[in-house]
Amino acid sequence: MDAILLQILNGLDKGSAYALIALGLTLIFGTLGVVNFAHGALFMIGAFCAVTVQRLLNLSFEVVDPDKTDFLGQPLKVKTPYVEAWFGPEMGGAIIDWAVPLAILFAIPIMIGVGYVMERGLIKHFYKRPHADQILVTFGLAIVLQEVVKYFYGANPIQTPAPESLNGIVNLGAVIGMDIVYPVWRVVYFLFSVVIIGGIFSFLQFTTFGMVVRAGMADRETVGLLGINIDRRFTIMFGIAAAVAGLAGVMYTPINSPNYHMGMDFLVLSFVVVVVGGMGSLPGAVLAGFMLGVLESFASMNEIKSIIPGIDQIIIYVVAIIILLTRPRGLMGRKGVMED
Amino acid sequence: MGILEVKNVGKRFGGLQALGDVNLSVKENTVHAIIGPNGAGKSTLLNCLVGKLIPDTGSVMFDGQSVLGRAPYEINQMGISRVFQTPEIFGDLTVLENMLIPCFAKRDGAFELNVLPSVLGQKDVLEKAEHMLEEMNMADKRHMHAAAMSRGDKRRLEIGMCLSQEPRLLLLDEPTAGMARADTNNTIDLLKQISDERDITIAIIEHDMHVVFSLADRITVLAQGTPLVEDDPQNIRGNPKVREAYLGESA
Amino acid sequence: MFGLEKRDTSMLIIVAVLTMFAPFILNPFPAGSALAQFNAGYPDLMQRFVIFGIFAIGFNILFGLTGYLSFGHAAFLGVGSYSAVWMFKLLSMNVIPAIILSVIVAGLFSLLIGFVSLRRSGIYFSILTLAFAQMSFNLAYSVLTPITNGETGLQLTLNDPRVLGVSATADGSIPVTNLFGMEMRSTFELAVGPWAFQFNAGYYLCAVILLLAFYLSIRIFRSPFGMMLRAVKSNQQRMNYTGLNTRPYTLAAFVISGMYAGLAGGLMASMDPLAGAERMQWTASGEVVLMTILGGAGTLIGPVLGAGFIKYFENIFSKINDGVLHSWFSFMPDGLENAMVTLIHPFVGKGWHLTLGILFMLVVIFLPGGLVEGGQRIRKWAKNKRSGGETPTGKTEPAE
Repeated sequence: MDAILLQILNGLDKGSAYALIALGLTLIFGTLGVVNFAHGALFMIGAFCAVTVQRLLNLSFEVVDPDKTDFLGQPLKVKTPYVEAWFGPEMGGAIIDWAVPLAILFAIPIMIGVGYVMERGLIKHFYKRPHADQILVTFGLAIVLQEVVKYFYGANPIQTPAPESLNGIVNLGAVIGMDIVYPVWRVVYFLFSVVIIGGIFSFLQFTTFGMVVRAGMADRETVGLLGINIDRRFTIMFGIAAAVAGLAGVMYTPINSPNYHMGMDFLVLSFVVVVVGGMGSLPGAVLAGFMLGVLESFASMNEIKSIIPGIDQIIIYVVAIIILLTRPRGLMGRKGVMED
Repeated sequence: MGILEVKNVGKRFGGLQALGDVNLSVKENTVHAIIGPNGAGKSTLLNCLVGKLIPDTGSVMFDGQSVLGRAPYEINQMGISRVFQTPEIFGDLTVLENMLIPCFAKRDGAFELNVLPSVLGQKDVLEKAEHMLEEMNMADKRHMHAAAMSRGDKRRLEIGMCLSQEPRLLLLDEPTAGMARADTNNTIDLLKQISDERDITIAIIEHDMHVVFSLADRITVLAQGTPLVEDDPQNIRGNPKVREAYLGESA
Repeated sequence: MFGLEKRDTSMLIIVAVLTMFAPFILNPFPAGSALAQFNAGYPDLMQRFVIFGIFAIGFNILFGLTGYLSFGHAAFLGVGSYSAVWMFKLLSMNVIPAIILSVIVAGLFSLLIGFVSLRRSGIYFSILTLAFAQMSFNLAYSVLTPITNGETGLQLTLNDPRVLGVSATADGSIPVTNLFGMEMRSTFELAVGPWAFQFNAGYYLCAVILLLAFYLSIRIFRSPFGMMLRAVKSNQQRMNYTGLNTRPYTLAAFVISGMYAGLAGGLMASMDPLAGAERMQWTASGEVVLMTILGGAGTLIGPVLGAGFIKYFENIFSKINDGVLHSWFSFMPDGLENAMVTLIHPFVGKGWHLTLGILFMLVVIFLPGGLVEGGQRIRKWAKNKRSGGETPTGKTEPAE
């Protein structure tokens, strides 16, 4: 029982990341009718926003401390981050420690900006081109973004730890009298994704803007005829989708040290998630994201791996194939979405 | 017995009864028109005949064989060809290639792994396609991209492609919709010529009464998913029920 | 000739001449000259040109004709490579059985994947093939280690049985791949003055196979089957209502192109008998897509041009380092020279992938028809200019 609960929990953090990326992908599919192969790159850029913030906060100046010497007898150079100099060592240290959560504030405008530029500068011109062209041009863009990041940050993974106080483990089972030890940050990640997903859904459900976007997802031409500037709203939607992917990336950095190709790795799986959930269905994307995350985690249990070796590597694909063969539109897909 | 026998066909989409209880018999070598107001179920009926939809109840027999549950390509190979409301042709291919494809389908069936021989080496099929193009008065356009043609020409080409398969039943879905008067008249003449000269049955769904009364030997009026009446054109014209349901004051 | 139209025959002859004289054509600069770094007439590079050419020709049969964009073709190449290496391990070092097996295995594998993937079209198909390729990659990397040797990759050892050959040569080393005794690595060097031209047995085997593959693709393009594939791309609805079953047509195209990929993989292993999982990664699939598009999808010669273009520039760009850049811009004042070097540096050397990505985008945006279309445009432009100069047309251009 404990083991099963633990596996479900273990799947939730990866599932959260899948769900967030798939949600953005679906928003873009649904509203703009565009297949965005660069969406994984947005996730990756988000992660590097966190890296950047961490590095900025750690920018230091050096002073020579005449009282102390190092082991060679030279006067000791002391590095002090500017933040600590400005806010005092205690406050400054805390700010540096909380680099990753702080990066969210930094990432939101950056990601919206990146999304805006991408949509206006490139994607816009591909609305009327065949899907194959959209796939190809965004694939090219993904390579470019990835290589640019690699140029500036190098090819190796960069450690970006969570804040000290959120870095430990917690016994989640204590309340119900069980022993389930789980990293705190993963709980944070899960809660964070629930908040974002809830936010997106209520935004679409309860605001006029969201209503128009949902109407546009259902029938783009009619909404256009009503005299509503749907294109503008779609641009904003693209920015939001980019921000969601970016935030998913920011928060994921303590779980997996970011590297330049993490976007591509997640993209393939997120596509599978979208297809399993049903192209164009937002609840489908979220549901499938969590479902596949948990399934993957179960498949990596030793008990299961000993029965079917390697199942953890391919379980997602196998499930996707079975679902597509039995329910071609995915779990919650609508008819006629991307079927031309 | 007609060549096409539709018996008790019904089709529901959720809460909407698109087709109630349709019975229809199309006699061989006639032109049979199916008319009715918008939403009467004409297109649904047509889709049930060609395998795009499977009716919930009833049977559709073509020449003594059931078409239900067969894929569109199988039904076509049985001898039913369909002309669409907006011409469906191979826009990226040349006019001649457009004509060659149905000729190959007629000769080789639904699939043939004809990988090595050249198209230009298939003299029998080439001759047939060229002949058909001449018959359709399009021989001079043979190397044109099909997508670049006028709508009237596309319609002609599509009809020619269907005819080159030598079908026994030709289904037309509002073939003159959105056409200028002159093109409409040309299409009427073409269809007349086809039904006079060939051993072929034509079933036509149409909005334009001018087209219907110029062509049809027999008319079925469909209203709210059920056939209201089936009769000869002159009787349909005078039928008060039809006037009320469909033709209104203008007829 | 060969049952081809005149235009196709001349195209085949052009490709034949280019491949047969490649050691000369690709080595125009005398050794030791400053431009010698742009020579590409080395056996392994020339082998890569033609092997990727075969891969792209096959991919074009699927994508160029039917419009089905597969993102998983590298999987077939990888499977071909593994099969070939196994043949070298178990049977003999002769490349013929290895190549035959790699084509067969890749064909069966693509039949399986195609059967499932082709149940959907459009982007669903692309995503499915992508998922399959990634799955194969994961499998090759982990569970299938007994067959693929995981991360290290499959290599020959001295303990391999090689029932029709020897496990080890007389001097105790691993035998080399050969074609009935002719070693693939054997190279004849022809020195003409400062030039050194290399004629490699392996390259010529690959080149002959490329010609056969190209010839076959011409036949497919001109056949009723090829026409049907183009019809699938143009209008599936009309296909279905013309009594044609599209599924077996697309599946056949998928399997044929999968076998081409397997052939390329088999040849790769025949030139250098090892196989690794990274050959199956989806970025490798993306590369063949790029070659096909860059050359011109749906045209005969395009994929060959695209493959050559990309592999050539990959080689050249990767070789350019800061030292080379400095020597290029040394005529400039120092500040400007450094600025130019800094500016270009990200795109060369290890930055080749960045250049590749930009190239990819530019081609899709501005030249969807690839190099072939570009050539046609230039020819048309030149023609217009010439005729425009001789006979003034009735149209007047608005004054600028």
